[in-house]
Amino acid sequence: MSKIKEVLLNPIFNDNPIALQILGICSALAITGSLYPTLIMCVALTVVVSFSSLLVSLIRNHIPNNIRIIVQMTIIATLVMLVDELLQAFDYETSRTLSVFVGLIITNCIVMGRAEAFAMQNGPWLSFVDGLGNGLGYSIILILLAFIKELLGAGTLFGFEILPLVQNGGWYVGNNFLLLAPSSFFLIGLMIWGLRSWKTEQVEAPKYKIAKNSLESEEGA
Amino acid sequence: MRNNDTISKTLLVAILLCLFCSAIISYTAVSLKDLQEANVRLDMQKKILASANLLDENKTVEELFGSIESKIINLDTGRYDSSINLSSFSERAYARDVNTSTVLSVDQDIATIKRRENYQKVYLHYQNGKISAVILPVRGYGLWGTLYGFLALESDLKTIIGLEFYQHKETAGLGAEVDNPRWKALWEGKKISSETGEILISVIKGSVDKTSPKAQYQVDGLSGATITGRGVSNLLSFWLGDLGYGPYMKEMLSKDEDADV
Repeated sequence: MSKIKEVLLNPIFNDNPIALQILGICSALAITGSLYPTLIMCVALTVVVSFSSLLVSLIRNHIPNNIRIIVQMTIIATLVMLVDELLQAFDYETSRTLSVFVGLIITNCIVMGRAEAFAMQNGPWLSFVDGLGNGLGYSIILILLAFIKELLGAGTLFGFEILPLVQNGGWYVGNNFLLLAPSSFFLIGLMIWGLRSWKTEQVEAPKYKIAKNSLESEEGA
Repeated sequence: MRNNDTISKTLLVAILLCLFCSAIISYTAVSLKDLQEANVRLDMQKKILASANLLDENKTVEELFGSIESKIINLDTGRYDSSINLSSFSERAYARDVNTSTVLSVDQDIATIKRRENYQKVYLHYQNGKISAVILPVRGYGLWGTLYGFLALESDLKTIIGLEFYQHKETAGLGAEVDNPRWKALWEGKKISSETGEILISVIKGSVDKTSPKAQYQVDGLSGATITGRGVSNLLSFWLGDLGYGPYMKEMLSKDEDADV
């Protein structure tokens, strides 16, 4: 596999920012209630993470070491504000649904993490692809979450009715828990379990083992 | 390897980066401002039209809004006040300003809004030269935050056409069902007050008993959202009462009688 392809595809399943690195959970919890805003959020984050990696990488040889984090932050914040302004101008309703979460991309650990860990050491093109890959890895988890949450929580997909709800005269009793943020913890947990059963190399070695029960061993002796 | 860590280089990079980024942001913010403001205005107009059932898929919001006249009223006297600039009026700014608002005592403040602005902007819809709908901005506290919306009344100022919220923080799937079209449809035709003028409209817990004489003043509660429902009842009682649009509605009705004579 060529280097570019590896950098692009690795973050999707092998090194997923949410499922393996457990980063960027906050927005994965908060804005996955329905598919459309989630999709916009994914695009916004992917754009920000790829271009911030590109820009950081472009000037990486000139960034003074002691202010590198704040330089990265400034670049990321600029991109996030751009995205926010564009959303308010061209997709007002979604920008209201996402409210503060677009602004919070600034503090999303994935974006900072890629800039600091990858873009500071690699060329612009490779850094851009790395950002794109991580954005896609983030997106795939979010879209999956939103799909499950919107379908089983509200009985709709992209706002179109799939399972007619009881309160609208149908038969399906929506699972209100899925419309609330904490349900994502359970869903992400299940996804991580699934992913690690499939790719067993992602399973972490236990940090400690419970000692044998002393009473039992005495009896055994 | 170049040394980037000198003071001059650090300052240079910081200053150049800040200048560059701020230039980009300022340019975008300024060039998109008109579009963004138009979006906000359009969204508000859409909600105003929706509250009075005036939305029509074949016509644009601007076209439909042409039949609506907005006016500033003085909430204390109930009369129109043309001394205040219509386009710059903001209920939130007026409610915050000590000079243009009234502090509500705990007994008065059933909608939990703390300060009430002395002026409000109302919207009148005309049909064949006559007022067919009066749209009043209302707000009040629900479970998590303040609900902001519009109440549309027919020209008798007793019959509800619709209630539409444009901003709230209620729980998705429970309190946020105030946006559910099926629930909003329940408001049409309900009466706000009895013959004697007592405000009776309320959101009850459970379903309305249709045979009860009170049914015309009651709307089904949203299951799982008792506190949101109570908030909606309270905000309506407040805004339709003497501290809200009460004086304005009296003024409007007495003017009508004069016209008949």
